[in-house]
Amino acid sequence: MSLFTAHSSVFLREREREREREREMGLKLYGAPASTCSARVKAALEELGVAYEFVPINFATGEHKQPPHIARNPFGQVPALQDGDLTLFESRAITRYIARKYKNGVTDLLKQSDAAAGALVDVWMEVESHQYNPAVSPIFYQIFIVPLFGGTPDQAVIAENVEKLSKILDVYEDRLSKSKYLAGDFISLADLHHLPYTFYLMITHPSLVNSRPHVKAWWEDISSRPACKKVTDEMAAVANASK
Amino acid sequence: MGVKLYGFPASTCTARVKASLEEYGVEYELVPINLATGEHKQPAYISCNPFALVPAFQDGDLTLFESRAITRYIARKYKNGVKDLLKESDAAAGALVDVWMEVESHQFNPAVSTIFYQTFVIPFFGGTPDQALIAENVEKLGKVLNVYEDRLSKSKYLAGDFFSLADLHHLTYTFYLVKTHASLVNSRPHVKAWWEDISSRPACKKVIDEMAADAHASK
Repeated sequence: MSLFTAHSSVFLREREREREREREMGLKLYGAPASTCSARVKAALEELGVAYEFVPINFATGEHKQPPHIARNPFGQVPALQDGDLTLFESRAITRYIARKYKNGVTDLLKQSDAAAGALVDVWMEVESHQYNPAVSPIFYQIFIVPLFGGTPDQAVIAENVEKLSKILDVYEDRLSKSKYLAGDFISLADLHHLPYTFYLMITHPSLVNSRPHVKAWWEDISSRPACKKVTDEMAAVANASK
Repeated sequence: MGVKLYGFPASTCTARVKASLEEYGVEYELVPINLATGEHKQPAYISCNPFALVPAFQDGDLTLFESRAITRYIARKYKNGVKDLLKESDAAAGALVDVWMEVESHQFNPAVSTIFYQTFVIPFFGGTPDQALIAENVEKLGKVLNVYEDRLSKSKYLAGDFFSLADLHHLTYTFYLVKTHASLVNSRPHVKAWWEDISSRPACKKVIDEMAADAHASK
C-alpha cells in the first residue's frame, strides 16, 4: 500500500485504540435528550469522533437539583461532563475542553495556535453567547417550555425577541456574505454552538433564516454535516416522542 | 501601529478589556467613542463592531469585538513566565477557567447587568427604574452568589488557587453592584474576601478608579 494509505490506516487503528481506552475510562455526558445545551456538547463530541456515554438526568423528578447531580453542576442545570477526575459544566466550556483535548490533524474547531483565526473563533462564540442566545432562547422557552408546564406562550415576548433576532441575523447575513463560516473559511465551534437553538428556530420561525440567503446556505451546510445531522435527528426524535 | 481600544472608561465592557491590558502591562491607546452623539452607529465604528457596541479592539491588522474574546486574545498573546490568566496549556486548570468564565457570562452577567441598566442607565436618560425588575434580579443574583460563596469557600479564586480571567471578568459589574447592593457581596464572607482581593490588585484598582472618575464626570 502507498505510504499515505499506510499512515492513515495506522492513524485509524490508533484512533480506534484511543476510543476503546476512552470507553474504559468513561467520558460521561450528563444531560437531557432534547436539551439544547446538552446537544451543543454532543455536536462537539460527534464532530471530533469522541466515544462517550450519555447519562440522562430526569428533570421530572427534580434529579437536576439534588445530589449527586448538584455536585457536578452547582447551578442545578444540564449538561455536565465527567472525564476521569475532572467534572465540568457550562456547555460552552465543555465544548472548548473537548475541542482542545481531541484536536487532531483533520479537525481543529478552535484554531488556538493561530492568533488571528483563534481570536475570530472566540469573537463569534461570544456573539452566539451575548447576541444570538439572549434573543433566540426566550423564543424557544415561550414556545416549547412554557406549555409543558401548562402555561400560555407570551406573544409579546416572542414578538420582541423575533425583532431583536432579525437585526442580529442581518449582521450574520453580512458576515456570511464575506466568509463561508462565521470565523472565516473554516468550520469552528463558533458555528457549532448555533446548532441546537437554530434547529428549533427552523421549526417555529424558518423565515428568519430562509429570507437571508447566506444565513440559509450556512445553516444548510452545518446542519447537514453527518455529526450535526446525527445530533439534530436525535433532538427531533425526542421532540416527536413527547407530543 | 499600536494596540487600540475603542470605548470609554466608565463602560463595564470597555473596562473589562482595560483590566486585562493593565494586568499584562500592555501599552494601548484608549480611543473614546461617544455614545451620546451616536458615534457607535456610524459606518467607521460599525466596521469595527457590526453590532454597534463598545468596546472594539485593534492590534495591527486584526480587529476584534466582544470584550470576553478580546481579553482571551490579550491573555494568550501576552502570557509570560510570571502571568498566565488562562492556563490553556493545563487541560484541567484551563477548563476550570473556561467554566467560570461561562458562569460569569450566563449566570452572573444577565442578573447583574439588568440591575446596572435599571439603576444607572435608565435614570441617565431621564427614565424611571423598574423596581420590580430590579428586585427580581437581585433575588436571582442572590442565588447565584450562594453558589459563588460555596465555591470560594473551597478555593481562593473561582478557577482554583490562582487568579484568572474568570475572576477578572467580574470586576467591572461588581464595582457598580457594590455601590447599589453592597449587602449582596458583604453578607457572603468568602465572596466579600474575594472581591476585596481582586479589586485591590494594582491593575484592577487603576481600572475601577478610572471608571469612577469617568462616571462622576458624566453626571
